[in-house]
Amino acid sequence: MKRVYVNEEWCLGCHLCEYNCAFANSGMKDMALALKDKKIFPRIHVEGDDRITFAVSCRHCTDPLCVKSCIAGAISVLDGVVCIDQTKCVGCLTCVLVCPYGALAPGESGVMQKCELCMGNACGAPACVTGCPNNAIVYEERNDAT
Amino acid sequence: MGVSFIYPEFEVVRNATRCIACRVCERQCANEVHAFSEERGAMVSDEAKCVNCQRCVSLCPTRALKIVKSDCRLRENANWQDDTIKEIYKQADSGGVLLSSMGNPKPLPVYWHKILINASQVTNPPIDPLREPMETRVFLGKKPTVIRRDENGRLDCQLPPQIELAMPVMFSAMSYGSISYNAHASLARAATELGILYNTGEGGLHEDFYQYGSHTIVQVASGRFGVHEGYLNAGAAIEIKMGQGAKPGIGGHLPGEKIVEDVSRTRMIPQGTDAISPAPHHDIYSIEDLRQLVFSLKEATNYQKPVIVKVAAVHNIAAIASGIARSGADIIAIDGFRGGTGAAPTRIRDNVGIPIELALAAVDQRLRDEGIRGNVSLIAGGSIRSAADVVKAIALGADACYVATAALLALGCHLCRTCQSGKCNWGIATQRPDLVKRLNPDLGSQRLVNLMTAWRHEIMEIMGGMGINSIEALKGNRLMLRGVGLNEKELQILGISHAGE
Amino acid sequence: MSRYVIVGNGTAAVGCIEGIRRVNTDAEITVVSEENHSVYSRPLISYYLEGKTDLERMKYRGDDFYEKNGCRVIYGVRATALDPSAKTVTLENGETLSYDALCSATGSRPFVPPFEGLDTVKQTFSFMTLDDVLALESALTDTARVLIVGAGLIGLKCAEGIRDRVGSITVCDLADRVLSSILDTDCAALVQSHLEENGIRFMLQDSAARFDGNTAYMKSGQTVEFDILVLAVGVRANIELVKDAGGETGRGILINNRMETSLPHVFAAGDCTEGYDASAGMRRVLAILPNAYMQGHTAGVNMAGGDAVFDNAIPMNSIGFFGLHTMTAGSGDGEMTEERSEGIVKRFFTKDGLLKGFMLIGQTDRAGIYTSLIREKIPLDTIDLELTKQAASNLIFSQDTRKKKFGGVV
Repeated sequence: MKRVYVNEEWCLGCHLCEYNCAFANSGMKDMALALKDKKIFPRIHVEGDDRITFAVSCRHCTDPLCVKSCIAGAISVLDGVVCIDQTKCVGCLTCVLVCPYGALAPGESGVMQKCELCMGNACGAPACVTGCPNNAIVYEERNDAT
Repeated sequence: MGVSFIYPEFEVVRNATRCIACRVCERQCANEVHAFSEERGAMVSDEAKCVNCQRCVSLCPTRALKIVKSDCRLRENANWQDDTIKEIYKQADSGGVLLSSMGNPKPLPVYWHKILINASQVTNPPIDPLREPMETRVFLGKKPTVIRRDENGRLDCQLPPQIELAMPVMFSAMSYGSISYNAHASLARAATELGILYNTGEGGLHEDFYQYGSHTIVQVASGRFGVHEGYLNAGAAIEIKMGQGAKPGIGGHLPGEKIVEDVSRTRMIPQGTDAISPAPHHDIYSIEDLRQLVFSLKEATNYQKPVIVKVAAVHNIAAIASGIARSGADIIAIDGFRGGTGAAPTRIRDNVGIPIELALAAVDQRLRDEGIRGNVSLIAGGSIRSAADVVKAIALGADACYVATAALLALGCHLCRTCQSGKCNWGIATQRPDLVKRLNPDLGSQRLVNLMTAWRHEIMEIMGGMGINSIEALKGNRLMLRGVGLNEKELQILGISHAGE
Repeated sequence: MSRYVIVGNGTAAVGCIEGIRRVNTDAEITVVSEENHSVYSRPLISYYLEGKTDLERMKYRGDDFYEKNGCRVIYGVRATALDPSAKTVTLENGETLSYDALCSATGSRPFVPPFEGLDTVKQTFSFMTLDDVLALESALTDTARVLIVGAGLIGLKCAEGIRDRVGSITVCDLADRVLSSILDTDCAALVQSHLEENGIRFMLQDSAARFDGNTAYMKSGQTVEFDILVLAVGVRANIELVKDAGGETGRGILINNRMETSLPHVFAAGDCTEGYDASAGMRRVLAILPNAYMQGHTAGVNMAGGDAVFDNAIPMNSIGFFGLHTMTAGSGDGEMTEERSEGIVKRFFTKDGLLKGFMLIGQTDRAGIYTSLIREKIPLDTIDLELTKQAASNLIFSQDTRKKKFGGVV
């Protein structure tokens, strides 16, 4: 299955992925309209310090702890993609507590949201990947941990 | 100190309705032009720091930015132009030699623009490169002048060492130090994939790039940085750098802050020390001295590597080339006055040297006249900008061309011409790790391969149009060229007829 | 065809069903459900009262869950007796089911202390099941005075859930602090004051000595007038089915890390069990939902002949009250270091070079990174924990570790 992978060697810490993510999931056609004067709640986050930066988003684990831990049964795996039913989520943040990658953060309303590989929006392919200026985020098949 | 204000050259124009204050411009500008103002809740800019490298423009996700040339002009006239006046102010301020980067920007003639290429009509059909075989491969090196046979009458096929190129273009010398590790990695990988060569420049060869040795020219310059036996044997050819088109007669000076750990190891000089290339090679004061170095290098490499001598195009280039052709060198590289540099004194860059077109034509003719053209191959460099420039250079007598500025553009360079600052926002002319990583060689090498592949297609199209199916048949074929708007003298030196003739 | 019986129909049962199906797609599965509901998310009952969810959205799995997994569910019936030698279980309706493997996912029940005069109170509720909450809801009025006995997770979530639907809420507890099972004194004080700011009144180190109608006579001598009494003192694991059949039990049914009880072919999972707490290094009842699912899943896989081990269970809770999030995990054992800023407390407990536990209040971003340090027993000398105390970050790991985490299939 194709997943999003990051290579911190090439991450510039520009944070474009966060903005592209927020825009992709805004459902709007104009980025300026969608994001201007708003705090963004992207599903990918750039972590790092002065030297090292890298983007973190859902790993779509083969055995996801968040799915097992969700107290509302709101997170499930559909064709390998870990998805959330936001109508069921009550924002308890148990998934934040268990995700070993620190990949999850709530949205603006306090209800959880997560990377669903842009399957559910108009992008078709992860917007963070298509917008990354340095190929630091890629969307591809990988079999083994490298 | 007095008043020394010079109005910024560029203005940062930000479309407030589009700017989402994502601060990408701020994070990506090593010159610290952009900043987020908490008070105003908006992005602000200090255009005095802007070099117009367009990094912010390229990355702005909402196309909210543009950089324009300021229209705040001094009261200039045809003699005292804006730049000239400002340079006076700068020197009055600093007392220093002005430094610049990349090629000569002055409106001196570009002869490529005044040379046109022939095409076949009716009597000599053109060739369609998509249907017919078309050869762009060239071999550089000394060609035998006589046919030799052994005692049994069989041909002696032993040739002096040659460089094989899949197309008549190479990436010219840019040292590791002046450009980044990732820029070198991109050039090395692209050259290998393309079947051409890149050139280490005078900074030695990073240990990681020995694997690309068969597609590398290793350079020996006056500073002799990073030169050792293993280095000389690592490449496909050795280049002695006598001069550079952007700064003929001038040495080089890479400031200590660019001599970071890796660069220091590669150059074999202490970390943080200035790398000074003297103006002359201190052991070369004559063609005979040059011959000694050529043969020293050949000895060191068991006569397996062709030796290139690179010189800047200067006034008596034809005589110089004639001497080099007799020095034992296999190849002469001539660098015209529009060639680039990582840093050169502005006055030198803008006023010294001659155009490559005239130099090339003069050298080719001189060597032919003297019957020694086969002694050497000729490489022309110094602002070869397109496939058409390549074709014209070959027709003027070059065996191949060197390109560097075009290659850097493919890697992202926006010709802001401030390489000397070391703060290249595109990760090319810098050693700052956070900037170097902006050039991912996966992308960089692919763009170089794309560019050269495109040029090769264009070269084949142009050759086909002329009815020529092998680049060798174009070499020195000046009948394929015509001049426009050139005077008799220029036509005579170029060895071409005027259009209509 | 193999036959599996699951006694109980909560989260552990779902985990068990999904565990069985991962290994065996055609075995017969029978679920014995005491409650007359298909599986729902019990921790959501307070959110239901708060209006953040509803009965439909509270369903832990979709309506077709049992059908899709080929399960027969017997509703409204308790299992009364287990015969491990005959491999049968008897239900209170007289039916006897035979099994190849059985999982006790019987959960727990509210513990009601023998208060004097409790029978004089008209409106007494527990706060555990959907039926409890529906009963409580019908009693709520704008002016009702509510007394909640117990300032633990259940009692406080109940308080949050009903705050906007009643007149006043008083919470009492014998302990000296709120959430005494998961928070230390300092952290508890922070949560308590936040709750107080949101209109909850506390009577700590105090509890009802006796009731008389609408009056509670407290041990301290005070009296509290109330209309509605919610008893949230604690819970007791439902161990009887296994215990009566001779299985080993403590405060819960004793299980190993394959979720096997001491009885052959009998497994147990969820709140009814006493398993191993990897952070404290001892047996404990870990009555939390993630644990129930993972235990159930492990039991299911093993029941169906697979080989699964769940050996890194730790207590962990993410709980929010009126916008203030608190997360705790592991044990409060070992050396404590603290990071504190306005409205934020982060406490870390380390021992033997390992992170053993933490308490976070106010700032919980990426807390799962801390949890993973505990669960995966990552030696602290291989990471840079200092770096992450301000804000959890994957920067603490080496570049190689990150490469594995973010560059490979995990």
